[in-house]
Amino acid sequence: MKRRDFLQTLGGAAVASSALLAACKNDNNNTTVSSENVTDGNGEMTYRTNPNTGDRVSLLGYGMMRLPVEAGGSARENPDSPIDQDMVNQQVDYALEHGVNYFDTSPAYCKGQSEHSTGIALARHPRDKYFIATKLSNFDPRTWSRTASQQMFENSLKELQTSYVDYLLLHSIGGSSEEKDAIQTFNGRYMDNGILDWLVEQKTKGRIRNLGFSYHGDIKIFDMLLQWHDEGRYHWDFVQIELNYLDWDFADEINPRNTDASYLYEELRKRGIPAVIMEPLLGGRLANLPDYIVKQMQQREPQSPVARWAFRYAGTPEGVLCVLSGMTYMEHLKENLATYSPLRPITDEENAFLMDIARQVYDLKNVPCTACNYCMPCPYGINIPAIFSHYNKCIAEGNHPHPDDRDENYSRQRRAFLVGYDRSVPKLRQASHCIGCGQCAPHCPQQIDIPTEMRMIDDYVEKLKTNG
Amino acid sequence: MLRKTRIALAIAMITLVTLLFLGVSWRLNLWINWVAKIQLLPAVLAMNFIVIAALIVLTLVFGRIYCSVICPLGVMQDFFSWIGGKIWKNRFRHTKEHKWLRYSLLGIFVVCLIIGFAPVTTLLAPYSAYGRIVNSLFRPLYDMLINTLAGMETDTYYFSEVEIWMRSVSTFAVAIITLVVLALLALRWGRAYCNSICPVGTTLSFFARFSFFKVRFSNDKCKHCGLCEKNCKASAIDFKNGTVDYSRCVVCGDCLAKCKFDALHFSLPKARKAETADNTPSPSDPSRRTFLAAAGMLTATAAMAQTQMKVDGGLAVIEDKQQPERKTRITPPGSISHRNMNRHCTACQLCVSACPNDVLRPSTEFSTFMQPVMSFERGYCRPECSRCSEVCPTGAIRKITPADKTAVHAGHAVWIAKNCVPLTDGVSCGNCARHCPTGAIQMVDYEGVQVPAVDTNKCIGCGACENLCPARPFSAIYVEGNEQQVIN
Repeated sequence: MKRRDFLQTLGGAAVASSALLAACKNDNNNTTVSSENVTDGNGEMTYRTNPNTGDRVSLLGYGMMRLPVEAGGSARENPDSPIDQDMVNQQVDYALEHGVNYFDTSPAYCKGQSEHSTGIALARHPRDKYFIATKLSNFDPRTWSRTASQQMFENSLKELQTSYVDYLLLHSIGGSSEEKDAIQTFNGRYMDNGILDWLVEQKTKGRIRNLGFSYHGDIKIFDMLLQWHDEGRYHWDFVQIELNYLDWDFADEINPRNTDASYLYEELRKRGIPAVIMEPLLGGRLANLPDYIVKQMQQREPQSPVARWAFRYAGTPEGVLCVLSGMTYMEHLKENLATYSPLRPITDEENAFLMDIARQVYDLKNVPCTACNYCMPCPYGINIPAIFSHYNKCIAEGNHPHPDDRDENYSRQRRAFLVGYDRSVPKLRQASHCIGCGQCAPHCPQQIDIPTEMRMIDDYVEKLKTNG
Repeated sequence: MLRKTRIALAIAMITLVTLLFLGVSWRLNLWINWVAKIQLLPAVLAMNFIVIAALIVLTLVFGRIYCSVICPLGVMQDFFSWIGGKIWKNRFRHTKEHKWLRYSLLGIFVVCLIIGFAPVTTLLAPYSAYGRIVNSLFRPLYDMLINTLAGMETDTYYFSEVEIWMRSVSTFAVAIITLVVLALLALRWGRAYCNSICPVGTTLSFFARFSFFKVRFSNDKCKHCGLCEKNCKASAIDFKNGTVDYSRCVVCGDCLAKCKFDALHFSLPKARKAETADNTPSPSDPSRRTFLAAAGMLTATAAMAQTQMKVDGGLAVIEDKQQPERKTRITPPGSISHRNMNRHCTACQLCVSACPNDVLRPSTEFSTFMQPVMSFERGYCRPECSRCSEVCPTGAIRKITPADKTAVHAGHAVWIAKNCVPLTDGVSCGNCARHCPTGAIQMVDYEGVQVPAVDTNKCIGCGACENLCPARPFSAIYVEGNEQQVIN
C-alpha cells in the first residue's frame, strides 16, 4: 500500500467514523426517526398504477445516486471511494422486503459506478419483482454520436444484468452545454443522431417498457416535448420532474430561469402522463432547516421528522407515480418507508401551512444547490457542492453572522462558520480559488450562476476573516 | 528548600515556554509572551535594557539561577540529567574549568553577532535551540492530537484542523541532533554544555562569580564524604578543598539536599573562599530541524478517470504548488530589512510556530540558516494577522499592527506571462486582482485577453496573488522580496 493510499484510508476511516456519528445530522438527506411514529408506518406501502402498462409502482422509489461508499457517507461526499456493495445489497433487500419496487439509476451516477452496483444488488432477486429506471445520460458531446449513445444504452443493460429496462429516460433535457443553447443541445443529443426514434424502436422490441424524460431548465424544451405528445409524434409514458413544497410556487422566484413545479405537474396531469418526482427534499435542504422553522413543524407533529412533511407533500398529488429518494443510510430508508406505509396525504389546511413554510425557506436566501454534482469535477479543483452545502448548513444552523451587525453570538458563530468551512472543504478547494471561468454553470440543473455565488461566499468568508 | 523552589519555578517556566511554542491558543500566547522576552540573548538583540539589567541584578544576587529556571534548554538538560542520576548514582566528579573553550566560543559568538553571521549565533543560542526542538519535534505531535480531537467533534468547533508539514528538512535535522546530543551529554555529564559551550552561560558566569548569595561550605560541619561533589551536575564542587566554582554553579541546590551534615548553605558571605576549577569536555555544534509531514487527513486527491463520457462528481487533481526561485528572499513584514533580520534573529522559530497561514518557514540558505522566510504555496500573509511581529522577542521582526500592514512593503509581485491561465487555458480569470488587499493589481488587455498588471508602488508582497493563482505548479504571479521594507 502506497503511503498516499494509506493516508487516504486513514482519513477515510476517520471520515467514516465521524460520518456514522453525524449520520443523523447529515445534510444530504432526512433526519433520523427519533421514535416510532404512532400514526405513520403501521401499514402497507402505498402503490400507484401506471396507466400505460398497469405497473403497480411503490410510491417510494429508490434513487441510486447517493449510494453509500466504503469511506463512509455517500458517493457525493466521497466520490473517489468505492461503493459499499454490502451495504447497498442490504438496503436493497430491505427496501424490496418492505414493498419498494422502483429503482432509479443512471450511467452518470456515482462517477459511473451506480448502474453496476444496482445491477449486482437487484440481480439477486427475481426480475419481475421490481422496476428498473435508467437514463440515456449522453451529456458529453463526445457521446452524442449515434453509436456512442446506442452503446451507452447497451452498456446499461449489461451493467444492470438485464435484457430490458422498465423505465428509460432522456436524461435531464432542458440543459445546455458550453456553447449550445437548450434546443441545440437537445437536438444534438437525441434528434440529429436519430436516437429518439431508435429508442422508440427498442420500445416496440420490448427492450424498453416505458419511455420518458427527466426535465430541468429551459421550459421551451418541456413545452415542445409535450406538444409532440399532443400531436402524436412521440408518446411519453411518464415524465420525471422536480417537485417539492418550495418549488411548487417559488421556483421562478428563486431563479427566473426556472419554472414552478405547479405548472409542470398540471401540464402532465392534463395529459394523464404520470409524474415521477425527483428532489422531493432538494438534496436535503428541506430536511436541514433553521430551528425556528423546525419548531413550527414539530409544533404540529412532534413525532414526525422534518423530512416527512416534504415526502408527504411530494407523494400527495394523484398524478404522482413515484417519489424518488436518494437514500444513503438505512435510517433514511426506514424513515421513508414509515412515511409511505401508507401515505397520509397532505390536507388542504396542511398545504396552506407548508406554503407558509416555503415562504420562510425562500426568505433564507440560501444557494439552491441540491448537491447533484453534475457541475463536477471543476477543472480547477473547486469542490462546488461542498462549499454550497456548508454555506446552506450554516444558514440553517444560524451560523451566518454579519460582521456589520454584531451581537453577543458573533464570535461563536464566526468560528463555527470558518472552522467548519476548513473542515468541510480543503483550503485548496474553497471558493477563494474559483477563477470564475464559468465552465460549471451550464451543467447545473438548478441553473445556479455558480461563479457569482462562489464570489458571494468568498467575499463573505473574507469579511468574516478580517473582522475577528 | 532552594532545590524545591528551583524545581517548581523551572517546571513553571519550561511549561510556559513550551506552551508558547506549541501555540496552544493565541490568546494564551499573548499572555505568556513575556517568557520569551526575558531570555537574555533575545533581550540583548532587542536592546531591552530593562530585562538585561534585571537579569544582571538577578545573577549578582543569586548566581546563575537564570540557567536553572529561566533558560528552557537548561531545564531540559536538568530533566535528562535527573534521569541519568537514576541510572548512575553519584556519577559526577570535580573537573577543571575549560576556560579556553568557553572564552574562545564566547569570542567567536560575539564576533558573529556583530558581523551578523547567523549560522553560528543561531546554532549556539540556547533559548532558540529549545524553541526549534519544540517547534520541530513536539509541535507536530501536538497538532496530530488536535487534529484527532477535531476529527471527533461533530457539532462543536473547539478545535480547528491544522496542516502538518515539513517546513525545512535541515532545521528539523538540527533540532533532532540538538536534542540527541544534549540529552546524551546531560544524561552522563550534567551541565557540560552550559558550562563549556553556551555563550549565555559563559556571560552570566562573569557576574555569578560576584553574586551575594552563593553555595558555601561550613568547614566545621563538613565530614568530607564527597556526596556533594558526586551530585554536582556542573562539576563545580571540589569537596577536598571545600570550594565551589561559582562561574559554573547553576544554583540548583542539589548539593544542599544531598548533604547529610548541613555543611552547605545558600547564603550571604561570611568568610569567603572562591576558587576556580574546571569541568568536562563536550561536543560542539548542535542543531538542525523539521518534521515529517503526516499529510492532511483528507488529502483530497482524486483522479477523475478519463472516461468516454461525462459522469457526475469527482474532484480534479490539484497539483501541489512549487516554490518559485526568488532572487531576493521575503522576510516577514516588520523585519525592516534583511540586515536587521540577519543581525537580530536567533532562529528560535517562535514566529514560524505562530504563523497561522503556513507562510513562514526556516530558511535553508547558509547565510540565513533557520531564520524565517516567507513563501506562499500553502497560504498567504493574511491582512488581519501580525502575529509574528507580536511574538518576536529579539527585535528581528518589530511590532506592527494589522493596520500597518498595508503600508509595509515586504516584497512585490511579478507576472509570468507563460503561466497565466487566460493565455494557457483560454479562460477568463483575474483571481489575483480580485484578492489583492491593496488593489495593486489591475486587469489589462494583452493579446486579446485580460491579464494582471502590478503597481509595485502599492504591492506589499503578501502573496495573496501567488497563493490564489490557479496556475500550477508555478504561479503566473509570484512575489520577489524587498531587501529593505519600504514603508509608505
